[in-house]
Amino acid sequence: MSTYFAGEYDVAVIGAGHAGIEAALAAARLGCRTAVFTINMDAVGNCPCNPSIGGTAKGHLVREIDALGGEMGRTADECTLQSRMLNRGKGPAVHSLRAQIDRRKYSAVMKHKLELQENLDLRQAEITDIAQDEKGSWLLTTRMLGVFQTKTVIIATGTYLGGRIYVGEVSYESGPDGTFPAAFLGESLRKLGVKTRRFKTGTPARVKRSSIDFSDLEVQKGDEPTVPFSYDTLTPPKNKVDCHVSWTNENTKKIILDNIQRSPLYGGKIEGVGPRYCPSLEDKIVRFADKKRHQLFIEPCGEDTEEMYLQGMSSSLPEEVQIAFYHTIPGLENAMIMRPAYAIEYDCIDPTDMLATLEFKNFPGLFGAGQFNGSSGYEEAAAQGFVAGVNAALKVQGKDPLILDRASSYIGTLIDDLVTKGANEPYRMMTSRSEYRLILRQDNADERLTPIGYELGLISEERYQRFLRKQELIKEEKKRVAKTVISPSPVLSEILVSRETSDVKTGIRLIELLKRPELNYEVLAPIDPDRPELDPAVFEQVEIAIKYEGYIKKQFAAVENMRKLENKLLPDDIDYRGITGLRLEAQEKLSAIRPLNIGQASRISGVSPADVNVLMIYLVKQKGRQNHE
Amino acid sequence: MNHNTTIAAISTAQASAGISVIRISGDDAITIADRVFQSKSGKTLSEMKGYTCALGQAHADHEPIDECIATVFRAPHSYTGEDVVELSCHGGVYLTAQVLRAVFDAGAQAAQAGEFTKRAFLNGKLDLVEAESVMDLISSRSKASARAALNVKEGALSRRINEIKNTLTDQAAHLNAWADYPEEDIPEIENSTLNDILSIAKINLEVILKEYDNGKVLKDGIDTVIAGKPNVGKSTLMNLLAGYDKSIVTSVAGTTRDIVEESVNLDNIILNLSDTAGIHHTQDEIESIGVDKAKNKVNSAALILCVFDSSKELDDEDRAIIRMVKDTNAIAIINKTDLPCQMDMAEINDAFEKIVNLSAKHGEGIRELIDAIKQVCEIGDVNAADALIYNERQRALVKQSINCITEAIEALNMGMTLDAVTVLIEEAIGSLCELTGERVSDEVIDRVFHHFCVGK
Repeated sequence: MSTYFAGEYDVAVIGAGHAGIEAALAAARLGCRTAVFTINMDAVGNCPCNPSIGGTAKGHLVREIDALGGEMGRTADECTLQSRMLNRGKGPAVHSLRAQIDRRKYSAVMKHKLELQENLDLRQAEITDIAQDEKGSWLLTTRMLGVFQTKTVIIATGTYLGGRIYVGEVSYESGPDGTFPAAFLGESLRKLGVKTRRFKTGTPARVKRSSIDFSDLEVQKGDEPTVPFSYDTLTPPKNKVDCHVSWTNENTKKIILDNIQRSPLYGGKIEGVGPRYCPSLEDKIVRFADKKRHQLFIEPCGEDTEEMYLQGMSSSLPEEVQIAFYHTIPGLENAMIMRPAYAIEYDCIDPTDMLATLEFKNFPGLFGAGQFNGSSGYEEAAAQGFVAGVNAALKVQGKDPLILDRASSYIGTLIDDLVTKGANEPYRMMTSRSEYRLILRQDNADERLTPIGYELGLISEERYQRFLRKQELIKEEKKRVAKTVISPSPVLSEILVSRETSDVKTGIRLIELLKRPELNYEVLAPIDPDRPELDPAVFEQVEIAIKYEGYIKKQFAAVENMRKLENKLLPDDIDYRGITGLRLEAQEKLSAIRPLNIGQASRISGVSPADVNVLMIYLVKQKGRQNHE
Repeated sequence: MNHNTTIAAISTAQASAGISVIRISGDDAITIADRVFQSKSGKTLSEMKGYTCALGQAHADHEPIDECIATVFRAPHSYTGEDVVELSCHGGVYLTAQVLRAVFDAGAQAAQAGEFTKRAFLNGKLDLVEAESVMDLISSRSKASARAALNVKEGALSRRINEIKNTLTDQAAHLNAWADYPEEDIPEIENSTLNDILSIAKINLEVILKEYDNGKVLKDGIDTVIAGKPNVGKSTLMNLLAGYDKSIVTSVAGTTRDIVEESVNLDNIILNLSDTAGIHHTQDEIESIGVDKAKNKVNSAALILCVFDSSKELDDEDRAIIRMVKDTNAIAIINKTDLPCQMDMAEINDAFEKIVNLSAKHGEGIRELIDAIKQVCEIGDVNAADALIYNERQRALVKQSINCITEAIEALNMGMTLDAVTVLIEEAIGSLCELTGERVSDEVIDRVFHHFCVGK
């Protein structure tokens, strides 16, 4: 069969899931001729697992993508069915936004955005072969034998690459949600020299709404008022649906344990590594045998569908066992399963083979993002997609790459963890992964990242001016509370006493009152009559800055120290084995990971502080040598 | 703004040299030094120019430790290129370590091996040749420190630190699981429970610190001053303990004009003895310097052996000495018990917790003296080899961890949100991991998945 020449691009994105979408939009918006290939035009921006965007730490990622000029936040706002700020009361660092979304609508909106985007071609095609010509251009061959020539490639294949579904004894090659898998690309990549491995993940069943008895189930409602993800969404979304909570019981457990040998995982059929944080119900029951019951959430998949998602109930047991155990759960006694739960195994790479730009160290112009890189989750994928798309474009344009460090964002932390520490299981973002989480909050993503997005050219002038105005208002309000003195009064005393904080006998500055954990803007309103009318987000920033000042300062000091190390760049061509003084383990780890700078080197396990000192001295020595030459 | 943590270490060899130098380097070096150093002239170091020095005293909690000279270097004109203060201390190893500890308590962090040099490099203060030689030095040092770390890792310290670290890691994991998985049924930690657990961890770390101080005493000796008015037999006692004539012993009052130092090993307790000029009012100028020195010594010593002559009645000078050693670790030594007793013992009994009868001349009462020293210094039956933390770097890390826990407890009691408390607990864990030579890495996260059934 003979191929034909099908076209030429600057950036070609393989896969149009959450990673591919952000990658393609960013590259096209930066002016690159961009193609995005999807195996199935109806699977663009699909949400094959939970019908929600955000959640703990993931909400931070969405906010950050939005602050940089990405698309996920805006689209999620357009498709929101119910919105909640998780962790209220646990501290601003762990506040996280999560929205239930209409998954079909999300997919349609995203697809349309890709279609409308200038410089961007959305194409249905399975890429079966990848190769590089002698000039360094990449050649992508489609199943239909078209050959596309492109300067850069971003692989964002999700669970499609070598995908295999497992349901009990049944197993077959498949992409998610009954789509075709990418059956050839994996082999082509291995031939090229890319090392791959197998990860697995899974999803619960979808059941028909009318077959669920909601009468005894706890209802979970959205927040009123809601907060949008995007700084562009000026009207917050409305709550349209409720979710429900139920629990498993001893019967559920018994059925699962009686059939555990029929699980492909426990039966030893799956070789892929699954995530600890996204366990199947059978995993939870085996690993936490003392636990009597497990919680599940029943979430609608959309406004114009009766499919309901059973969060927490993923499984790879045979369909008949699934039916039996789902029926033990209160409310689901007569549940009609529309789609069974399944586990899916797929090819991914070792992310330590990549640079922090998400470009392969050994394959210039080849980038990866999302599950292909060993992560898990829509938001983690989108974050990497954005960074890979921007960097592919910057490379095409001969500009300096975008590298976000750990102190800048969860995005930076995610990528640094992946490329420095690697992933032994699908990597999920958590607030506990960020050592700087008191300053990397979802509420200040704009302050941290919008200037970067603006400089890249992905934030509009109008939005940037709005951002600057907000920062100005925050500054003014900080000044105001610092100089406003509140005189003692019965009203003030009453507020202080009722909030169980000490009364004042003399005048006190507003800032001192706001410092107290027991007090906030809301309760102080009666004694603050001159307060200007401002966006609540402005008050929020001021209050957090005042209350957490000591801790924030401490974190900034740590950041300064980290950045100093981050600015000590390690040249590409260092021969770590030739550096005397480095311990053998450090020589090996450093040679394998080839960190970009001293800071990254210091985070590699197996590299001790003494090794880092040796590296620094080596650097200075090299510099001295160059100066002498 | 580039804000550097301020680091400190003893930069001379840790042997009983005449002078040891403590180097403090970093943005806050001068401010921190001002907290522990008071110049004779009253001028603060902050007011001084670079390349100038001042004579004064190092102190901790308003108590003088040692006389020293502070030299101020202002950035970039210093070894590291940062603000630097060097404190040249005159006391022995023990006193210098005390000064260093005061510097840590005032806000400096312990310098890591080669860190001054590292900073000097970063600030462009060293050239190629120097870089080569220091690199060799550090690599040889890192091997030594790796061995030291290994000892710690396998030793009793590591076990105990790990126990405390485990407790803290469990709490951090619980708090993180609770924050990262709000919809799983993870029980909330009661503030009071968390407070108790943190307080216990803090107490346990403080015990380790205390033991360190004991271990330090066992290893480096107890700075001991022999005090008393002239001619009560101080030098005879010193010689008895040391086993040979070091001081000039005559019966003319005021023969011993300077402080004579000697280390003696009494039943595995090392005493760093200073015999002092007899404390009394004198017109002799040279001798009066000796007397002043003796008074300073008494104030900074860890143990005072206060000698009285039982063959004579107590006089005003004896009473002045009794007043001077009030509230110190002092043992009364009633000397010349071979002669008839003329002294009013009631006064002595009132002033001292421990009294030992001794005939320095005949060598009687030494056993009783050793027991008294063990009691007064709370040494018990510990063996020097059991000392748990070995150096000031480790002590500083334990201290850092304690500080973080203290901050966490404060935050908790103030009603701060738990996100801040969690970060502080993680910092406390970080310091302990550094101590045992481990990386913090994903320990807390691994614990989350080990203990909690979380995830969709």
